[in-house]
Amino acid sequence: MDPASAKMIGSGLAAIGMAGAGVGLGVLFGNYLQAAIRNPSAAASQQTMLFLGMALTETMGLFAFVMSLLLRFG
Amino acid sequence: MAQQPAIDPMHQFLIHKIVDIPPVNIGGFMLDLSITNSVFTLLVGTAFLMVFIALTAQGRIVPNRAQASVEALYGIIDNVLVRPIIGAGGKPYIPFVFTIFMLILTLNLMSVVLAIGNIGGQEWTFAVTSQLAVTATLALITFLSVFILGFVKHGPKFLGLFWVPGMGVVGGALMVIIEMISYFVRPITLAMRLFGNILGGHVVMSLFGSFVVGLGIFALGGGLATLGWIGSGLSLTMIVALTGLELVVAVLQAFVFAALTVVYLNEVVNFGHGH
Repeated sequence: MDPASAKMIGSGLAAIGMAGAGVGLGVLFGNYLQAAIRNPSAAASQQTMLFLGMALTETMGLFAFVMSLLLRFG
Repeated sequence: MAQQPAIDPMHQFLIHKIVDIPPVNIGGFMLDLSITNSVFTLLVGTAFLMVFIALTAQGRIVPNRAQASVEALYGIIDNVLVRPIIGAGGKPYIPFVFTIFMLILTLNLMSVVLAIGNIGGQEWTFAVTSQLAVTATLALITFLSVFILGFVKHGPKFLGLFWVPGMGVVGGALMVIIEMISYFVRPITLAMRLFGNILGGHVVMSLFGSFVVGLGIFALGGGLATLGWIGSGLSLTMIVALTGLELVVAVLQAFVFAALTVVYLNEVVNFGHGH
């Protein structure tokens, strides 16, 4: 296999890591919605924490995304 | 069949010079101070912020419409972030957080709704927060000011931030290493998050844009290829939806950047109060 095509395949494989962030965000927002429906009055106060958790979870997926871009265009 | 345009979603992020200024020699370093499209976008963003300040900073007791708009934005930082997370001690740091928030918000929103593109044969502004150099600068400013503030406020005791109590000597030493890594990776994650979100969003928008044109040209070929209009139309719908999503992301990322700044500040301001 020549290096150029190996790079392309590697770039695609690196993007798989974003699946983890997808699962994480699903768990995060799913659990938030569950809690928010059970106790709507407490939901608004936790929104900042929700977005913070979202930012931290998303970072892991973005690392995979950036790795993939680096392999593809770097 | 007509010539299909090449799909090149990264082209929009290329930096090119608008005003060419010859390199200046400052202390042995050759500095290229040319006005690129990146610099131009930052200048437009700053000019926009200046006009916004001039129009809204009036200090009336009963605010008019312009002042109410900036007070709403200020309220986001004050009531949602600083007071619940830091408490009363966070009051002096609101201007810093608000400045960072407004700058990122302006640049992010400019990348979606105000693109001075393709006038006179070149692009003038682009999504400048998708340049790692810009986001890394913002992240480093935030991280270093918070880190230095810790030493100014608490002196060498601030190094105790890395010590986790109740782990013993060996476990504690191990934890110091882990804590230090997770602390010093913060500017990288801060820069990466903004960069990745804006870059990813604009790449996807650009891809769907090229689908609209590409499939449309493909459909012009006639015959079975006419079905390409369906894909073209669907892509156009997707762009409208994605632009809406990008507006949300633009505001959310500015908010998240400010929120993380506040969380990092909280460790400094409330240092030693058991966290």
